[in-house]
Amino acid sequence: MSNFTRRGLIKTGATVGAGLAMPTFITSPLAAYTNAPTGGSVTLGFNVPQSGPYADEGADELRAYKLAVEHLNGGGDGGMMNTFSSKSLTGNGILGKKVEYVTGDTQTKSDAARASAKSMIEKDNAVMITGGSSSGVAIAVQGLCQEAGVIFMAGLTHSNDTTGKDKKANGFRHFFNGYMSAAALAPVLEARYGKDRNAYHLTADYTWGWTQQESIAAATEAKGWNTVNNVLTPLATTDFSSYVAPVLNSGADILVLNHYGGNMINSLTSAVQFGLRDKIVNGKNFEIVVPLYSRLMARGAGENVKGIFGSTNWHWSLSDEGSKAFVKSFGTKYGFPPSQAAHTTYVQTLLYADACERSGTFNPCGVSEALEGFKFDGMGNGPTEYRAEDHQCFKDVLVVKGKENPTSEFDVLEVVEITPRAQVEYSADHPMFAGGALGKCNPGA
Amino acid sequence: MKTISKADMRTLFFVAIIALFAPLILNPFPTESGWAQFNAGYPDLMQRFAIYGILAIGFNILFGLTGYLSFGHAAFLGVGSYSAVWMFKLLSMNIIPALILSVIVAGLFSLLIGFISLRRSGIYFSILTLAFAQMSFALAYSVLTPLTNGETGLQITLNDPRIFAAENISGNLPVTSLFGLEMRDTWTMQLGAWDFQFNIGYYICAIFLLLAFYISIRIFRSPFGMMLRAIKTNQTRLNFTGINTRPYTLAAFVISGMYAGLAGGLMASMDPLAGAERMQWTASGEIVLMTILGGTGTLLGPVMGAGFIKYFENIFSKINDTVLHGWFSWMPDGLENVIVWILHLFTGKGWHLTLGIMFMMIVIFLPGGLMEGISRIGKWWKHRNAKNNNTSHTSSTPAE
Repeated sequence: MSNFTRRGLIKTGATVGAGLAMPTFITSPLAAYTNAPTGGSVTLGFNVPQSGPYADEGADELRAYKLAVEHLNGGGDGGMMNTFSSKSLTGNGILGKKVEYVTGDTQTKSDAARASAKSMIEKDNAVMITGGSSSGVAIAVQGLCQEAGVIFMAGLTHSNDTTGKDKKANGFRHFFNGYMSAAALAPVLEARYGKDRNAYHLTADYTWGWTQQESIAAATEAKGWNTVNNVLTPLATTDFSSYVAPVLNSGADILVLNHYGGNMINSLTSAVQFGLRDKIVNGKNFEIVVPLYSRLMARGAGENVKGIFGSTNWHWSLSDEGSKAFVKSFGTKYGFPPSQAAHTTYVQTLLYADACERSGTFNPCGVSEALEGFKFDGMGNGPTEYRAEDHQCFKDVLVVKGKENPTSEFDVLEVVEITPRAQVEYSADHPMFAGGALGKCNPGA
Repeated sequence: MKTISKADMRTLFFVAIIALFAPLILNPFPTESGWAQFNAGYPDLMQRFAIYGILAIGFNILFGLTGYLSFGHAAFLGVGSYSAVWMFKLLSMNIIPALILSVIVAGLFSLLIGFISLRRSGIYFSILTLAFAQMSFALAYSVLTPLTNGETGLQITLNDPRIFAAENISGNLPVTSLFGLEMRDTWTMQLGAWDFQFNIGYYICAIFLLLAFYISIRIFRSPFGMMLRAIKTNQTRLNFTGINTRPYTLAAFVISGMYAGLAGGLMASMDPLAGAERMQWTASGEIVLMTILGGTGTLLGPVMGAGFIKYFENIFSKINDTVLHGWFSWMPDGLENVIVWILHLFTGKGWHLTLGIMFMMIVIFLPGGLMEGISRIGKWWKHRNAKNNNTSHTSSTPAE
């Protein structure tokens, strides 16, 4: 034993010595921020769900990212770069550097999404991470980006918490949120279905579901509705019949589905199969509401969405110049119109590139300064502002309805009302958004 | 009985060298080259290699020695992670209290589950552990949301109490550290076209891996280890000779649960977030796969199996169609598309398929896992050398 320890000690000593000698060769990079691009290119990380209940949205987001990169590098027809009110993007990459990208699969799981984002930052030297088709994932990755010192441009995330209690200085969201949906929907629902209604909520059991349910319940209760029950359903649920069956005997005459993606397709189909929509309860027609709608979901649910109300961030049938330009270049490349997920991710990529151009750096603090309070137009939502206090975009919200007579498989939603920005705006210290702190921008390194 | 044999010391030394130079060994390709795709020497993945190595070593103490196949080990990993994150939230960002608590909590938790599950053996034991793990997952996912933050995962925030930490004035989220050594600190060494990343977090994980490995060697070679092997070989006979085996199996179960807790705590120390998916049955299944892939009951096998699976998960899953098109762009268009279409099934999203095929191959042709492959190559090599020596010997004998 003693003999061995001595030899072991010498060996270990030699290795430790070698280890200590190593720092003399080490040249720490002198960059002022994480992953400062050195060559002729800059790498962006597109972290989207390629499997799980939000895989359809993820696939469409990825298409939009690829289109945005093509436009930034001067390819294609330029899309919304031509209609964007800021004219600093010239199709010459970002700050003269060619845009490259890496992709990853979030699997709609926080752990996997963070691992994927980490490898993008550590291995591929991504200077910005974007994506996420689930608020749980978006919040997890946003936290990671804050720690690592890169910018996070949130994709499809609708929870109040993303720019509420979990907001971060390095994170920015263009998409709208649960509060805005509720504020836009409640007056329309009141007008159509009346004041005296009993609502039953089925809610996806994570941050998005919780905050959207809270927002919808508060907004509808203010209009005189009564919330009968709120049942939380796990995100991985595929069969909702056991959740829908109790609705029949609950005395409710409205079913609110706080579900998205594959979840919503399954729960709505289940609800329709149970004959809920043909029921008369309390002398009124039973109705279903889907607060957050997307064309992909509407298409997945088929016939069942006809006449069902919801809200959306953007729809391809809008006729402003920005939307038309985007639909045209997306359609030319892929053969079908983009979804709202594609729209928000495309816009986020352009906004990031534009902020880099305007600030003249990829440094997260410079980019952040350029985005805070930035007012722009021509991106499909009318005049929009990135609020400095919580990094949330404020713009008009669309209230939509499942079309009764669709003309094609893409024409499934019709815009009922464009709710003006003023009606959905809230103060940064609203109770539903309180409890967090933005902190300071972190350039890392 | 106290000494550790030379062969074991050599194995331990070998692991230590590999662990020390992992950042160099895992980055064989220059950063700018096309092959850099296959480099695995970045901090996050290296940390994962070490952490899952610890997990698999612990699992092997139970499964490799006693033959009890637990399908619920991910639960202990998850419990360890949650305990660690709570320590970061309540006490300070130092990883030591976090690791201590995660090992203790995982130990207590495995004592409870082991006490109940070990009343049965074989498939019934596996099913019981699976049931407990799924219960813990469901609890973490929804019922215990105030404690675990449900699907979003437990994270640290700016306004956590952190009673032992200095007041945070930077406005940034604090970073996990070991007495001021930040886990995420990385030295990048540029040598020609290569970038090598030396990360503090990784080396902390590696030290724990070595410690775990050393304890595992001692257990394997101890009378206690011998008793566990006897349980695997013939538990009934052991019972007939008047030995109560339950305390031994329970001890093995708790030890391997504590290993899993340590792994979970380390995971949270490297990245302070704990998600419920960590406890799902697929995660438990992955641990079983790692151990079987590497070689059940061997010392080194589980670590290799863990590395193998994590490499596939992180490297192969990132080879998307664009990358494939880049590789085969020199081919004529039609052929390129066909090749990309075929490979696309096995890379990117399809990495599970590749892993599945490899797993089948290994189980069918090398039932002893990767370690059996290595020992077979070793034998073949020795045999060949011996033969060569023989032939050269005979040929050098002058013919009379």
